[in-house]
Amino acid sequence: MTQLILRRLATSVLILLAVSLLVFIATLLLPGDPAQAILGQQATPERLAALREQMHLNDPVWQRYLSWLGGLAVGNFGMSAASGGAVTALLGERIGASLVLLLAAAVISIPLGLLLGSYSALRKGRAGDHITTGASLVLAALPEFVIGISLITVFSTTIFPILPSVTMAPPGEAVWNYPSQLVLPTFTLVLMVTPYIARMMRATMLEVLDSGYVEMARLKGVPEGQVILRHALPHALSPVAQVIAIQLAWMAGGVVVVEFLFRYPGIGQALVDAVANRDVQVVQTLSILIAAVYIVVNLLADVVGILTNPKLRTGGAR
Amino acid sequence: MSVIDAPRLVEPEAKVRKGTFHRFIRQRQAKIGIALTAAVVLLALLGPLLLPWATGYTSTEFAGRPFKPEGLLGTDNLGRDVLTRFLDGGLRLLLFAGLATLLGMVIGGLCGMVAAYRGGWVDSAIMRTNDILLALPQLVFALLAITVLGPQPWVLVAVIGITHAPRIARVTRAATLAVVTEDFIRASEMYAVPKWKIVVQDVLPNITGPLMVELGLRMTYSIGALASLSFLGLGMQPPTADWGLMINENRIALAVQPWGVILPVLAIAVLTVGTNLITDSLARASASLNVGESK
Repeated sequence: MTQLILRRLATSVLILLAVSLLVFIATLLLPGDPAQAILGQQATPERLAALREQMHLNDPVWQRYLSWLGGLAVGNFGMSAASGGAVTALLGERIGASLVLLLAAAVISIPLGLLLGSYSALRKGRAGDHITTGASLVLAALPEFVIGISLITVFSTTIFPILPSVTMAPPGEAVWNYPSQLVLPTFTLVLMVTPYIARMMRATMLEVLDSGYVEMARLKGVPEGQVILRHALPHALSPVAQVIAIQLAWMAGGVVVVEFLFRYPGIGQALVDAVANRDVQVVQTLSILIAAVYIVVNLLADVVGILTNPKLRTGGAR
Repeated sequence: MSVIDAPRLVEPEAKVRKGTFHRFIRQRQAKIGIALTAAVVLLALLGPLLLPWATGYTSTEFAGRPFKPEGLLGTDNLGRDVLTRFLDGGLRLLLFAGLATLLGMVIGGLCGMVAAYRGGWVDSAIMRTNDILLALPQLVFALLAITVLGPQPWVLVAVIGITHAPRIARVTRAATLAVVTEDFIRASEMYAVPKWKIVVQDVLPNITGPLMVELGLRMTYSIGALASLSFLGLGMQPPTADWGLMINENRIALAVQPWGVILPVLAIAVLTVGTNLITDSLARASASLNVGESK
């Protein structure tokens, strides 16, 4: 089993390296000179040459790739072409802000999804089930911004104008000091992710409830609540863990639209700005960061899967 | 004998096909889905034809005054008639989403079938490439491409299609694997039918169920992705009339002139819910369990 996990870990590292190569090559294709882009109007031949030297633009491509990769590893992400400052300084606070948003959404949506899914499975074919599955089918179809704008329309402009529609924490102050501004962005993410978790939970729960050991437990007179909590729920959870991981990983990308919509000062907003300004270093860094989150979450899910699946404990199986 | 036998061999299959479609159309949610989708598609298709009737009013005044005779739904921040732009803004979204989906289906479908049918190093090579492409969320991949190539329409179509491909390839591969061990494939191989012909003639018709489901799912996501990119200001560029872009342009004035936001939001919502209902009904109707739900 350890071998299996180690092999999975090695694959993840390889994939991350391949992604970094992909991202690096993509930026090589970009027309124009990065040094020229940073200096802009103040470019003189001497300064250009100096900056090119400083940015190692004269080195061979593979050497640039390796030094860029080395920089990523120690947290040196290069210079932002748009602001002229270090990318690390630009992103530092934003990463924290995005993490707050993601964590809040995860903490609410995971139990909610599990609860709704189980409820729906237990009431299969009845009104409660139809409402839950119908709602999740509709919500799963909608793009993030449609949900976000609907929430804004309802809760901050027309019907109940009670919540702020944009985040306006003064610069330098942490976003979590203004909890009311966090509500709508978090809620949007929750509405995006919960349907998938609920649908998967419903499917596995139905399967488990149909199994022999649940029937056995019922037959021997175990109270229904205990049947569900002790016998059914634990077995239904492990396949759902995969879906939860996929959804968490997906949120790392989906947060881009949500942050842009609510002007939330996180990495998503930074990414959109960077793309609009063609700020290559920032786009590079953020793509790698988001891909890393994606890969790590998927790795964790697989490890949990390996650990909880008795069939894989022998090591050789698969 | 053979003359009599032949139709018998064909008959059960035809019945199954009809059965699948029957199971699909019998569901209430399938009918609702088709109705919703058709309504928005018709609106997008016929909208541009209604333009002469809707246009005529441009004002330099900021925001609009809904339900005034000079413009049915008022004007936007640049004084453009909201209804005109709404009617004109759906066709491109639909067209590009369709093209992107088609591109993804062709690339992903081919890769998936080839991977499963050839096996060995071809399979490994295709699936490892898939793993790499899947590590970048769709939107991030699209943003990376747009940074490099700029927000041209062909870039949008290509990048959304390409990001769909690995996800479609996975589903296609799984479906194909179940088919390639069948006897009729081996029979064709023994007759030395060319490999590409086996893939097209024998494999493809047997995996239409999961492919149809995948088509619907990817269409839903294509619409969402394209509209999202335009909404971020990185898709369709002004002054193009486009639903996603309209939402971006008009959301500042949501409280004063809601129509510029609400109409396109509603249209996109109805469209994606419609396609998703169709997809879900298709998945229920086809016996296959390979319903991809990955993003």
